[in-house]
Amino acid sequence: MDINLLTSILFTPLVGALIIALLPGKNKKTTRIVALVVSLISLVMAIILWVGFDGAVANADGLKFAQEFVWYEAINSTFYVGVDGLSMTMVLLTTLLTPFAILASFSITDRVKAYMALFLFLEVGMLGVFMSQDLLIFFVFWEIGLVPMYFLINQWGSPKGERKLWGGITVANRTYASFKFMIYTMAGSLGLLLAIQMLGVVFHTFNLPEIVAGWNAMGGEEIILGWVTVATAKKVAFWAFAIAFAVKVPIWPFHTWLPDAHTEAPTAGSMILAGVLLKLGAYGFLRFVLPLYPAEAAASANIIAGLATAAIIFGAFAAFGQKDFKRLVAYSSVNHMGFVLLGIAAAAKMAGTEDAVIALNGAVLQMFNHGLSAAGMFFLVGVIYERIHTRDLDEMGGYFPLVPIYGGILIFVSMASLGLPGLNGFVSEFLVVRGSWPIFTFWTALSMIGLLFTGAYVLKGIGKTLHGPVNEKHSDHLTEINKRELFVIVPLMVMMLWLGVWPGWLLDVINKASMALLEMLG
Amino acid sequence: MELTNLIIWLIPLPPLLAFFFIVLFTNKNNKLSHSIAVGGAGLSFLGAMYVFYQALTTNHFAEHPFGNAITWLNLGDKPFEIGVMIDPLSAIVLFFVAITVLMIFIYSIGYHNYGQPKGDHDKKGFPPHGAAQDGHTVLSIEPMYARFFAFIGLFAFGMFTLVVSDNLLTLFVGWEIMGLCSYLLIGFWFGKDSAKNAAKKAFMTTRVGDVFMLLGISYLFTEAGTLSFKAIFTEEMISHLAHADSYIPGLSVAGLAGILLFIGTVGKSAQFPLHVWLPDAMEGPTPVSAMIHAATMVSAGVYMVIRMFPLLQAGGHGELTTAMTVLAVIGSITALFAATIAVAQNDVKRVLAYSTISQLGFMVAALGIGAYVAAVFHLVTHAFFKALLFLGSGSVIHGMEHGVLHTGNHKVDPQDMYNMGGLSKKMPKTFWTFLIGGFALSGFPLITAGFWSKDEILADAFANGHMGVFWTLAIAAFLTAFYTMRQITLTFLGKARTKEAEHAHETPATMTTPLIVLAIFAIGFGWVGVPEHFPGIGGILPNWFHDFIAHGLPSFIHFETIHFSWTPLITSLVVALGGLLTGWLVYRNATTAENDPIKKLLGPVHTLLKNKYYFDELYDKVLVKPLAVFSEKVVYEFMDRKVIDGFLHKVAELTFSLGTIFREKFDLPVINEFFGDGTAAMTQWFGEKIRKIQSGNIQQYMIIAVLGAFVALFAFWMTLN
Repeated sequence: MDINLLTSILFTPLVGALIIALLPGKNKKTTRIVALVVSLISLVMAIILWVGFDGAVANADGLKFAQEFVWYEAINSTFYVGVDGLSMTMVLLTTLLTPFAILASFSITDRVKAYMALFLFLEVGMLGVFMSQDLLIFFVFWEIGLVPMYFLINQWGSPKGERKLWGGITVANRTYASFKFMIYTMAGSLGLLLAIQMLGVVFHTFNLPEIVAGWNAMGGEEIILGWVTVATAKKVAFWAFAIAFAVKVPIWPFHTWLPDAHTEAPTAGSMILAGVLLKLGAYGFLRFVLPLYPAEAAASANIIAGLATAAIIFGAFAAFGQKDFKRLVAYSSVNHMGFVLLGIAAAAKMAGTEDAVIALNGAVLQMFNHGLSAAGMFFLVGVIYERIHTRDLDEMGGYFPLVPIYGGILIFVSMASLGLPGLNGFVSEFLVVRGSWPIFTFWTALSMIGLLFTGAYVLKGIGKTLHGPVNEKHSDHLTEINKRELFVIVPLMVMMLWLGVWPGWLLDVINKASMALLEMLG
Repeated sequence: MELTNLIIWLIPLPPLLAFFFIVLFTNKNNKLSHSIAVGGAGLSFLGAMYVFYQALTTNHFAEHPFGNAITWLNLGDKPFEIGVMIDPLSAIVLFFVAITVLMIFIYSIGYHNYGQPKGDHDKKGFPPHGAAQDGHTVLSIEPMYARFFAFIGLFAFGMFTLVVSDNLLTLFVGWEIMGLCSYLLIGFWFGKDSAKNAAKKAFMTTRVGDVFMLLGISYLFTEAGTLSFKAIFTEEMISHLAHADSYIPGLSVAGLAGILLFIGTVGKSAQFPLHVWLPDAMEGPTPVSAMIHAATMVSAGVYMVIRMFPLLQAGGHGELTTAMTVLAVIGSITALFAATIAVAQNDVKRVLAYSTISQLGFMVAALGIGAYVAAVFHLVTHAFFKALLFLGSGSVIHGMEHGVLHTGNHKVDPQDMYNMGGLSKKMPKTFWTFLIGGFALSGFPLITAGFWSKDEILADAFANGHMGVFWTLAIAAFLTAFYTMRQITLTFLGKARTKEAEHAHETPATMTTPLIVLAIFAIGFGWVGVPEHFPGIGGILPNWFHDFIAHGLPSFIHFETIHFSWTPLITSLVVALGGLLTGWLVYRNATTAENDPIKKLLGPVHTLLKNKYYFDELYDKVLVKPLAVFSEKVVYEFMDRKVIDGFLHKVAELTFSLGTIFREKFDLPVINEFFGDGTAAMTQWFGEKIRKIQSGNIQQYMIIAVLGAFVALFAFWMTLN
């Protein structure tokens, strides 16, 4: 059985997780190094793949580096992996952020072996989602990713705080958050699983390109499964798919798991949650919802755009209303992912126009950019938390002279998150705004309120930590950012600047993928 | 040409490199840091002067501006290009930006007390408090000296980028980078709450304008398919945009896009009603004030809207379009409104801050009535004299601080003009240059640059019959001369009103030299734009400025040459001289702030003016505070925690209750007790009954076995049949 580079990227972390599980647990340092090296191997392979991506030959389904193995013969599900420009971008993002997240986790001292194994296992789940071209395999990876994240939050999450539930019940915050994250995502996925089964029964295969072709060729009046018309089935299945992904993105008002999960997760967990896991939802829209239900997506695009605008505006307001630094950053994700969704909605509505291509380019680039800046922001919040053990903004202040390097970095990354021109976030937000303006003029104009308040919460974060008179409550414990931490953040900063000044290298790949996707729809 | 284009690309880079160099490597070394920064500004200056010279000497320059473009992105099948362009407008802006920036950089060395000892109690994030030396207290060096030069380097990069851009996108990049820099520099002394809040206010207020501008850019990009100035400002495109209907009835695409873009200027150039950030921006070090108010940021706002003039006038055919009317109204209101506030301020820098707002209003109003050349002219002359005035005021404050350290009375505010007086003798260089700047601002006839540019605006307004604008600006010009003379009188003339003023001291050469250079331009630059028909001296010097700038506009936009008229000239003479004279007469014997003559005259109106018409309080009450409460209490605590999470918890509770019901009413009684325990009980009961046959008696077993066998055989036989 030949295994190509793409498949190797997928399984390297799995092998790594097994190695770590077999290693003696006493030596924490070795465990950490092994985890880091394994994730770096995946990254190197992903970079090699990226470099060769443009020249690689695509198969009949338009996928590069594709491989297909027999997996579940009885129901015709095959282990089919392959990437197009969209998947490739996300694979690059995942393999890029994982090593930095692992490096950021070197400060974890509790059950290092289990932690690192789970972390690598998590990477497998995420990569699997982005590579799968078979619906069943996709679903397996989709659900598998939940398990390690659940334990990361539940076991290594913030130990402080309780949440009151009904009837006087209180639970630890991290228990609450991990449970909410897990149950919410799974509940959302129930319909998705049913819809996938339905497609499997109708087509006797789970091969995505085949299903897409067959599904779109069917007339609306045709009866499937012996009792339902294709038109009805599509309508129902569309919402089943959409809701599963909507919870994950998350689309307002399905978003309240996010601030809890992001706030309670350990630093590296938040980095990956915001950096990659949220993208799974947006990716789901692009890979499955749009190709499988183009008409339904176009018809519902207005609603989705409205909800995206709500996410942009309310996300920004809620972030501005926070006293907890990490929760502020968590809400910023709601705000930023709103732009991703606005772009996707615009593309769904007017596929075939130039505006749609621009909007989609912006949305995908925004996914990548938000991955960088959100991971960076969560990391920086983690750096300060590890020192002063509080996230309460009212207990901080005036730290700039004490930690000038950290302060400079925080301002830089905050500005990337704010969308300052010259840094990455601006390019994608501009493209989304430009693309959706002619399609959803009203929503786009309204979303500017959110963009304005992005400024407000970013400045609040900077002002409350760095500026003003020194708050001496915890300042004794504050030390400058250390070398290991610089190794995490500096590469991310370089990427932010690079993508802000010269986004062409990434956007060219995205642009081609967007055009191919939209051509299929329109 | 190739070389010129290359140099245009390179102009913004040296200050940017200086920024990175200082931040990454030399931030511990003050001398190296300021050398790199000044050197960077110097290189940009040389590049700019080379390009400007080329622009002057190239034939048909206006028809064939410099510049080229490269592909930045591919969007769909279309490349998106960015590039540089120097046409007459950007050439002249580049000229004044390069000079003022370099002067401000040099001035900053002295202003931040280079060469002075470190302060005994100075802390990063606070202004220096002085150091003890030989029994005296002397000025101490700024604790974050190197950082300051890094930031102004980035600032200069933003401005140069904006000026050389050939498209709205990179212009916006420079625009926003300056926004960041203004935030960093206004909040340079971030340890002070006032500076921190002023920085936030500046960033947020200008951002209000910026988001509208972003929409304007998107809209224009959508409709025109490009953001390049050259491609948009063609006759076909402008006419297309002027005739396409926008979302708002009665407004063309050009009109709506123009207004959206103009809102960006309202924020950036502090026009009414987004002017509130600018006076607070005085919290920054004085060179920053000069940078923001003269050389870079606010000029950028006006530059952008001047740049978009072909769009604003589209469809008007010489008449005012809706967009232009908006400009004229906002500009006039701002000019007058800010001038009235300036009259009641006692802080030497705040007077200048309001005068900046007011003068920017002049430019915007000028553009609104179609006085394109006059607007550009005033932009340039204002940059020179306002940079001069700000640096001059910084020199005054510096001199006063010297006095404060001498007496040791730190209660004396070195910025309050009522604590000054008589400084002309103590600080002669500062005085004479400030006088020149002040007279230029007031429009002192014939000699100063400000006269020529302001006069041209008034003449244009009059000639084209915009009498509302004409009279509003005339009154504003009178007030300008009045408050400027009030400032000069209170600061420099008469006798010292405090001990501190008596011990004020002239500032070092690094500070006074830039003042002198700028003073030369504050006078001389007016002479390049003397109208041909001006009585007596018109025509002696060619009206070079008008020719140069007017030709930069696309040829399909026509100007009516305005005819000379005595009314505006006399008006401008009367308001300038009258204002100056009144200012001097009223204030020459002023004593204390409580006995301010204007305060006595105006009474409660003065309180209103002093408090800036209560705009800060209004915004705070109506917007800032309610929105903070809305964010925390409504969006987060009510919507998310109470409604959405509440709903989720209800679902969870319901599920939990259902589970409990299932367990208690079904699992436990039915499954466990009935089936589970029931089966067990039955088995037990059965077992107990059946135990009776397990007697241990072999014969009894045998009988049962035989009987059983017979029954089985019988059953088997039955099934066979």
